[in-house]
Formats: sequence, C-alpha cells, structure tokens
Amino acid sequence: MNAAHEPKPVLEVSDLCVAYGKVEALHKVSLRIREGEIVTVIGPNGAGKTTLLSALMGLLPYRGEVAYVGHNLDAHVEVEERVGQGLTLVPEKRELFAEMSVEDNLLLGAFHRYRSGLRDHAQTMEEVFALFPRLKERRTQAAGTLSGGERQMLAMGRALMAKPKLLMLDEPSLGLAPLIIKEIFRIVAELKQTGVSILLVEQNARAALQVADYGYVLETGEVSLEGPSHELADDPRVIETYLGLGGKKTA
Amino acid sequence: MDLQILLLLGQDGLTNGAIYALLALALVLVFAVTRVIFLPQGEFVAYGALTLAAIQAGKLPGTVWLAVILGIAVVLIDGGLALKSGNLKRLPRIVLGNLGLPLVLLGLISGLEAEALAALALPLQILLTLGIVVPLGPLLYRLVFQPIAEASSLVLLIVAVALHMTLIGLGLVFFGAEGFRTQPFSDGALEIGPLLLQHQTLWILFASAALIAVLYVLFERTVYGKALRATALNRTGARLMGISTTMAGKLSLGLAAFIGALSGVLVSPMTTLYYDSGFLIGLKGFVGAIIGGLASYPVAALGAVLVGLLESYSSFYASAFKEVIVFTLIIPVLVWRSLTSHHVEEEEE
Ligand SMILES: Nc1ncnc2c1ncn2[C@@H]1O[C@H](COP(=O)(O)OP(=O)(O)O)[C@@H](O)[C@H]1O
Ligand SMILES: [Mg+2]
Repeated sequence: MNAAHEPKPVLEVSDLCVAYGKVEALHKVSLRIREGEIVTVIGPNGAGKTTLLSALMGLLPYRGEVAYVGHNLDAHVEVEERVGQGLTLVPEKRELFAEMSVEDNLLLGAFHRYRSGLRDHAQTMEEVFALFPRLKERRTQAAGTLSGGERQMLAMGRALMAKPKLLMLDEPSLGLAPLIIKEIFRIVAELKQTGVSILLVEQNARAALQVADYGYVLETGEVSLEGPSHELADDPRVIETYLGLGGKKTA
Repeated sequence: MDLQILLLLGQDGLTNGAIYALLALALVLVFAVTRVIFLPQGEFVAYGALTLAAIQAGKLPGTVWLAVILGIAVVLIDGGLALKSGNLKRLPRIVLGNLGLPLVLLGLISGLEAEALAALALPLQILLTLGIVVPLGPLLYRLVFQPIAEASSLVLLIVAVALHMTLIGLGLVFFGAEGFRTQPFSDGALEIGPLLLQHQTLWILFASAALIAVLYVLFERTVYGKALRATALNRTGARLMGISTTMAGKLSLGLAAFIGALSGVLVSPMTTLYYDSGFLIGLKGFVGAIIGGLASYPVAALGAVLVGLLESYSSFYASAFKEVIVFTLIIPVLVWRSLTSHHVEEEEE
C-alpha cells in the first residue's frame, strides 16, 4: 500500500566513477531521482558536475551502477539509445544548430521520435511554444542570431521536443542576466507540473535549491552533502560556501 | 573566332561541368558530415559506368561480389557485436539491411541468361546498376570509416587515399584493362539554331538539374536531410538529439555512391571509361568542391561547372595542357580562399 504512494525512482546511480585518462574526475558518486522530482547537484566550478551529466548521457565512459527506470544502463549503451529511452541532456554549451532556424532546431529535437514512427512533433512544438512564447516569435530566425537567454530557451525547448522522462539541465543560468535566470527557473518549476523528472546541475545554489525537492553538493568529484533542499538551504556549511554573500544580506 | 566552335565547346564544357557539379556536391556533403575528403568518389563513377557496361554485355559484374562480400563482413562484425551484447532482436535487421539487396541482385543477375540480361530494358539495367553500387557506400563507411570516426582529418584523408587505391585495383580485377562505352539513353539530336544537341547531352543536363533539385528538397524540407545537416553543423548537438553519427555517415556515403554511380551511368555513353577513369573525373569535381571551400553547395556546383567550361576551351586551344590548366586553377582559388575566408578551426565553438 505504502509503495503505491512512494514515487518510483527514475534514476539510481551508485558508486559512479569517471576518469579522464588517469585523472579521476568523479569518485563513487551515488544519487537518486524519483518520478516527478527535481533534484539538484550544486558545486563549484570544476567539481565534476558536467562530467556527471556527460557520463549519464553516455558521452563519457564510466564505472559503477546506473539504474534507469529499473533497468541497468551499461556504459556501452550509446547516446542515441539513451535518447530513445527518454533521457535528454541540455548541455552547458547548448550545442544548438546555429545556422538552422529555431523551428528546425526544435524539429530535430523530436528526431528520435520521428525515426521511431511517432509523428506528433507539430503538437509538441505548440506545447513548447506555449512554454516559451519568445521562441514562437523567433521561429524563422537562425539559432545563432538569438540572445543568450533565448538560446537557453531554445536548448530547453529542443530537449522537451523529445518528450523526455528525465531531463538533465547543465547550468541553465550560466552567463545569463538575473531577470532571465528568474524566467528560466520559473519554467523549470513549471515543467514539474508536466510530470517530467529533472536533474538540475547548478553553481547558482540559491536559485537551484529554491526549485528543487532534493539536493546534492558535489565537491572535487565527490558528494559531500545531501538532503531535502530546504534543509540544505539552512545548512550552515552550505550557507557559508554557496549562499554566503546573499546569506549575509538577509541575516 | 568561329561562333559554332565556341558554342560547341561551351556545350561540351557545360555537360562535363554538370557531372563535376554532382560530384562536387557529393564531396562537400561527405566532408561536412564525416570530415573525410572522399577521394574514392570517382571510383563510384567508374563502378557505375562499368557495371552497366557489364550488364549490357550480358555479364555478371564483379561489383556484385564486392557488395556481397562487404555485406558478409558487416554482418559478421555487427552480428557478432549484437550477439555479444545479447541483442538478438537486431540480428534480422543487420542481415537484411546489409546483405539483403546484394544477395537478391546476385541471385537475379546470375539467374538470367546472358542474352536476357543484355536485352533488359535500359531503365531496368540502370536500376540494377544503382542497386549494386549504391550499397557499397554505406558498407564501406561501416567497415572503413566508422571505426576511425573520431580520428584526425589527416588520418581520415590517408585512409581515403588507401581506399581509393584499393577500389581502383579491384576495378581492374572486376572489369579488366579495356575501356567500355554504354548505349545512349536515346539516339538522335536536337537542333536549336546553330547548335546540335545530342540527346545524351540533354539527358545529362536534365538529370543533373533534377538531382540537384532533389538534393535541395532533401536537405531543406525533410527531417532526415535536416538531421544530416545538423550532424555537419554540430556533431555533439546532433547526437544528443538521437541522430547517430554512424547513421549520418552511412547516409552521406550512400548518397555519394548514388550520385557517383548515376554520374557514371550518365557519361558512359559519351566517353569510353576505364577502371581508373573515375579518378580524373572525381578530381575535377574536387576542384569545384575546393572552390566552394568544401562547405558551400552552390559555390561548389558553380565552381565545378566553371571547371568543365575551362577544361573544354583549353582542350581546344591548348589541348596538351588541358589537365594542367584545370588543376592549376586550384592554386589561385586556394590563395583567394585563404585570403578571404576566416580560418575554421576543427574545434570551433
Ligand atoms: N575533457 C577533459 N579532459 C580532462 N579533464 C577534464 C575534461 N573535462 C573536464 N575535466 C576536468 O574534470 C574536472 C571536472 O570538470 P567538470 O565536470 O567540467 O566540472 P564542472 O562542470 O563542475 O565545472 C575538472 O578538474 C576538469 O579540469
Ligand atoms: Mg560544468
């Protein structure tokens, strides 16, 4: 009875290790994301956040267990196959198709579904436009001519075109103006209503802990702290290191 | 100056230029998607022409065997990998996708009497030819380029050179050292003012224009075409959308083989082709592709037409230096390109 109420885990990572050559960038990282949850991984520059998402997406080889919706994701499973299983990454560098229009970028977000014979991209695109009206205005413009905030929106919209089960966002606030960051996080919170699970990687700990249900702190490749986000936000160690400046203001 | 001669040379140049343009487009495509400077492009031309010639002579072309053997190799490798990872569901697709068409064509052609094969309607013979040569593209990608897809451009080029030599050698084995011509698509000529246009010339111009239009629609309007362009623009971005680099590579080499084989089929009634004739033809397409900086499709096509015209006029006025003049064109083009275009790094952000 109880189990029916407890949301099932979408992703369970245990003892994940990733190395660049001989240098280990992630050491025995374990984390869990349940259905419909927003989980954040915060940590300073160089902590291994991007490495974590790249490994989970199949872009980097790894050791350790990755269980995704109940089955084991072997390190050999290719990126394309992971996309097919509902894993989607919005990378730190966005990786848009700069010379193609906003619309074509979005369309290609649905490529894997299209290839599997699912032709609902027009409908999905309308949903994405409802979420990001700005993209609709710019639909015929080349992606490379968009502003930083619009690019992030396009990257997120493109990822949503795949109708992911688990959406992974790598520092969506990176390099954006405060107002745009607010807008992006508002949308992240809104996405939660659609039932998608989100793994949010951020340096902007304050904003991330506000939208997330649960958080992990990653430092030099290892998880140093974890807990429900409101608890983390009150933890003195987190306040001192990651919320320091703002913390003093409100104190 | 005699206008008649001028027009005649122009017509010649345009016809050859159209073929070079097709090859230039294939080269730009393959380079954009795979970073391979695809030197063996010309071999598809020769294979297309000589395969058709063999069929018209009622013989089983050796290229069928090549397709079958490459198909078996891919089935063994990919099938072995699928077995190892316990992915048995993929086996039928691997076998059918790589070996299906070559085996069917082998059965079909060897099942026909020589006279019956030679007497087949020309469109059917062309279809058989394309059916044999086009699968070579994806099969060669799988065996030769996929394992080194992440290698540097220089390594890819060296492998392309090696593949080019190998395919020429195999061409000699399959077709011998003599040259062949095939039947024209239709006999006769069309008179327009002072111009006498051979039907085959019209076929070439028409088919090239049609193919370019088809390629345009493919890249601008279809999801798969856009996926190919996306891979060329941003490989990581494309992978994250589930567009596999392998699929894109196979698709681009398949298109290159199709364009090459069709070019061979189109020119073979006009010129005698030998097992190694593809190289020079491909190289002229390559000059066109370089004019387009290996990046711009329209400039590459126009450049290739220019190469055709230059070749035609120089063959008349200085025939001994025809090739020299055409290939010397590459020097001012490279100078001009290096002066005008900003350098594109491999690791561009
Ligand atoms: N391609 C790479 N090769 C070698 N080391 C790398 C590479 N990418 C990242 N690293 C190293 O791995 C560590 C983690 O990097 P990264 O995952 O990008 O951190 P974050 O995203 O948290 O800023 C850093 O020390 C970085 O220098
Ligand atoms: Mg990072």
